[in-house]
Amino acid sequence: MRRILVCAGTGCVASHSRQVTARLKAALHAHHLEDKFQVDNTGCHGFCEQGPLVIIEPEEILYCRVQEEDVEAIVTEHLEQGRPVERLLYQDPVTKEKIATYNQINFYRQQSRHVLKNCGHINPENIDAYLAVEGYQGLQKALALPREEVINIIKQAGLRGRGGAGFPTGLKWEYTFKAPGDRKYVVCNADEGDPGAFMDRSVLEGDPHAVLEGMLIAAYAIGAQEGYIYVRAEYPLAVQRLRIALAQARERGFCGEHILGTDFSCDLHIREGAGAFVCGEETALLASIQGERGMPRPRPPFPARQGLWGQPTNINNVETYANVPLILRRGAGWYASLGTAKSKGTKIFALTGKVKNTGLVEVPMGITLREIIFNIGGGILEDRGFKAVQIGGPSGGCLPAEHLDLPVDYDSLTAAGAMMGSGGLVVMDDSTCMVEVARFFLNFTQAESCGKCTPCREGIQQMLAILTRITRGQGREGDLEQLEQLARVIKGTALCGLGQTAPNPVLSTLRYFRAEYEAHIRDHRCPAKSCRDLLAYHIDPEKCNGCTRCRRRCPAGAISGEAKKPHTINLELCARCGTCLDLCRPKAIYVE
Amino acid sequence: MPGVSLTINDQKIRVPAGTTILEAAKELNIAIPTLCHDKRLSPFGACRLCVVEVQGRKNLPAACVTPAEEGMNVLTESPAVVEARRTIIELLLANHPLDCLTCEKSGNCRLQDYAYRYGVKKTPFEGTRDPLPLDDSNPFIIRDPHKCILCGKCVRACQEIRGQAVLGFAFRGPATRIVPPLDTSLGESDCVFCQNCVAVCPTGALRDKYLAGKGRWWEFQPESVTCPFCANGCHFYLLRKGGKVVAVAAGGAAPGRPMCLRGRLALTLIFCEEPPQPQIKTEKGFAAVSWTEALGLEELAGKLWPK
Amino acid sequence: MPAETIKQIVARYREEKGALIPVLQATQEALGYLPPEALKEIAAAMALPLSTVYSVVTFYAQFHLQPRGRHVIHVCQGTACHIRGGNHILNKIKELLQIDAGETTPDLRFTLEPVACLGACALAPVMSISGDTYGHLKPDMIAGILEKYQ
Repeated sequence: MRRILVCAGTGCVASHSRQVTARLKAALHAHHLEDKFQVDNTGCHGFCEQGPLVIIEPEEILYCRVQEEDVEAIVTEHLEQGRPVERLLYQDPVTKEKIATYNQINFYRQQSRHVLKNCGHINPENIDAYLAVEGYQGLQKALALPREEVINIIKQAGLRGRGGAGFPTGLKWEYTFKAPGDRKYVVCNADEGDPGAFMDRSVLEGDPHAVLEGMLIAAYAIGAQEGYIYVRAEYPLAVQRLRIALAQARERGFCGEHILGTDFSCDLHIREGAGAFVCGEETALLASIQGERGMPRPRPPFPARQGLWGQPTNINNVETYANVPLILRRGAGWYASLGTAKSKGTKIFALTGKVKNTGLVEVPMGITLREIIFNIGGGILEDRGFKAVQIGGPSGGCLPAEHLDLPVDYDSLTAAGAMMGSGGLVVMDDSTCMVEVARFFLNFTQAESCGKCTPCREGIQQMLAILTRITRGQGREGDLEQLEQLARVIKGTALCGLGQTAPNPVLSTLRYFRAEYEAHIRDHRCPAKSCRDLLAYHIDPEKCNGCTRCRRRCPAGAISGEAKKPHTINLELCARCGTCLDLCRPKAIYVE
Repeated sequence: MPGVSLTINDQKIRVPAGTTILEAAKELNIAIPTLCHDKRLSPFGACRLCVVEVQGRKNLPAACVTPAEEGMNVLTESPAVVEARRTIIELLLANHPLDCLTCEKSGNCRLQDYAYRYGVKKTPFEGTRDPLPLDDSNPFIIRDPHKCILCGKCVRACQEIRGQAVLGFAFRGPATRIVPPLDTSLGESDCVFCQNCVAVCPTGALRDKYLAGKGRWWEFQPESVTCPFCANGCHFYLLRKGGKVVAVAAGGAAPGRPMCLRGRLALTLIFCEEPPQPQIKTEKGFAAVSWTEALGLEELAGKLWPK
Repeated sequence: MPAETIKQIVARYREEKGALIPVLQATQEALGYLPPEALKEIAAAMALPLSTVYSVVTFYAQFHLQPRGRHVIHVCQGTACHIRGGNHILNKIKELLQIDAGETTPDLRFTLEPVACLGACALAPVMSISGDTYGHLKPDMIAGILEKYQ
């Protein structure tokens, strides 16, 4: 029986992969191929931009952007006659060559997919598929060891938290293990909220059992009897697959009473978040599980000592837990051999923005940004100039071209003024205004602030007000100094990580792109030609053929001119909507 | 004694483990400013005005919630601390009406005191919010959300001392407000007007209506009294002006027991030269009643002075 | 209406600690939004102060105190969508429906809600309507998509 894998991750579902699955099943039936081929829905391959993805096993031919009407060709040409359908193969954006198999594609070839290994290759709704790839063997191994030994393995592996600051996971487990208390909890932070990051969603959708197994190993190690997975309600597919996985794990005895016949019992619950970014902060997350407002509280006491309902609680994020079964199965030594001296293993990045290959990328720690963006990502869209890469979401920073050879690990990113965060990598080209990027992030954090502490609630508002003014051409001398002063105070005094890191996008852009801020303030000019209020639309009289299209469609009535004669734009009236720019056939309209 | 030794502003002190930096500093007579802290209420750590510098730490921790640790070296008025406090005050003032000339709370307002202490004459920031309307829906408490700095003391006092939980936080981020249930008015709510919230409010956001127009705070000679009407012993102030008691203000509840409206009214009746007429909440709203009725003494009065 | 529904929902979560948020989610699922009477019922059934229920409801973006449209449009405002023109999509929808972000059309057909990130960044710019996700959007595609939802 050969398998046909159809991706059923959120990205591919959005590109109609469900319809492709249905059509494929119908076609197999019509061609009497049902006993030779089996259609399996998988989780995300991380190459969402090319979706819906279809893979034919065992040769691993990858078809991209498959639509319903392409199914017939796949069945008749490939499945019946053994000739791959060339037009559906992936085309290398650089060489323009058609590439047939999964592993030959640059995007995948240069990755080290360990945590994502199963994503896109097994059916996430079937526990047997997970068991067939050594699933739950990590848990079996752990249960045969003393608890301290399991903690030691994680410590030796050098695993650090994948959700933000990179706290050593083994140490966190040890604190919770040693904390006094009969009742302990494990919590999985699946409240992935960083705009631009979706690795946790993909792992939950593509390999939910790996997360459950990691949590159960942690629960055993610290001595917890109960656990919660706090998952964003905005990820309905992830929630659904987790529910299925949890029910199957309970049924097979991997979760619940006397797990695998041992004395260890642990039950897990799923809690859906209700839409608050700040709940990614661990004390806010715990408050939310307890049915309260997600307002962070001061630490200490840390959750390892006083967490859920005042009991010792271990909190890790999805990707961290997904690494755990791997470490147990393959050993701490193997794991520690990946990555750099202080950052071990691999990290999943969500590569997005103005890059050719967007998607999820798993690479060993220590790889350079250049390798990720230009080799795996295939370079900048339309071959424009690289300007910056934003790393770590709203807590992170923007790094310019001179940092492209920076090895990506926790410590060097922090030193450069960015942050690993959850691993969002948003690539920006020369049409992106860095002041506007900073404003965008602050607008996000101010709305997501819980409102409890003064510096975060009031200070970010004021920083946003200043940035908004600057992007509108109303910047004043002294604004940059005031931004820096506010940033220093907010970073130093805010109650939780959200506030303490919120100024980072501003500080990093001020550090590397100060001249761009100054151009806005002093010259009322946006060098990236992005800030609307600072743009002036002009018509090149040499190129304008007087077709009147722009004049007729201008919503502000700002364009005048006789037919067949060059038109002009009245800048006083112009609303800078860009309608004329899009309409102009001879490309006579330009922006300054 | 099991404890920790630390240094605050070059002075050494030993305190029991678990003591906060704020408490340790107090032992040394070092006053650290606070807005949201109250030792009778649960720790909150929200206003961040009490931040201090701890050598070796990157951030400035809040003294009210940070436990003293062995060997800590704390500076309570270092340049970084003063900059942070000034900025926090300036941020709070950006959305605060600067009507101290006529504000009843003037002279007894922590925000005003700290602005004075740190030399904040005006704020460099522009307000980001529209003024919120005044809630004047009941005869005892004026709720002025425009003056609220969201320290959350009233919320905790209402829940933890009174056990009433009328006031609560609502919304989030810059839209955060403190409101009665369903964002209605205090008059419509289950508020029993005990004034615990008024007693803890550091600004003019919650004010005692009886005090309005009675005088400026510095004209009063407050006298501390203990309420004699039950065994708990809540704490009140008799406010004297020109030798006459003009009002009775809520001081603070006795431990484990909320202040009650009856106690305060009875004290007002006893001590005030010109006690105002009491009002009672009926289905139709507030109605003026006799003191006998307000204090629930009709039956007793009927026996003492039969008609 | 509410009283009986809410009693059943609260009963379903009786065994769970701190179940206020799941109860609110289930109630909103059943009623479409959270009217004041429902909040009062929940507070009474769970023995919680009404202020607590109200403070939780207003904290989380998912909960709504007003009735909502039959179709909810989530327009992604995440970083990747922003870089690829997500605000043009939002503006186009506002223009077509004549409502602002967070509002509902008078005929209760659509509610427009910008969201921080739908997690489909590779398809930016993205929106979802009644759970169906649409990617690689351009402003001129919007009218045709909205047409499908009546």
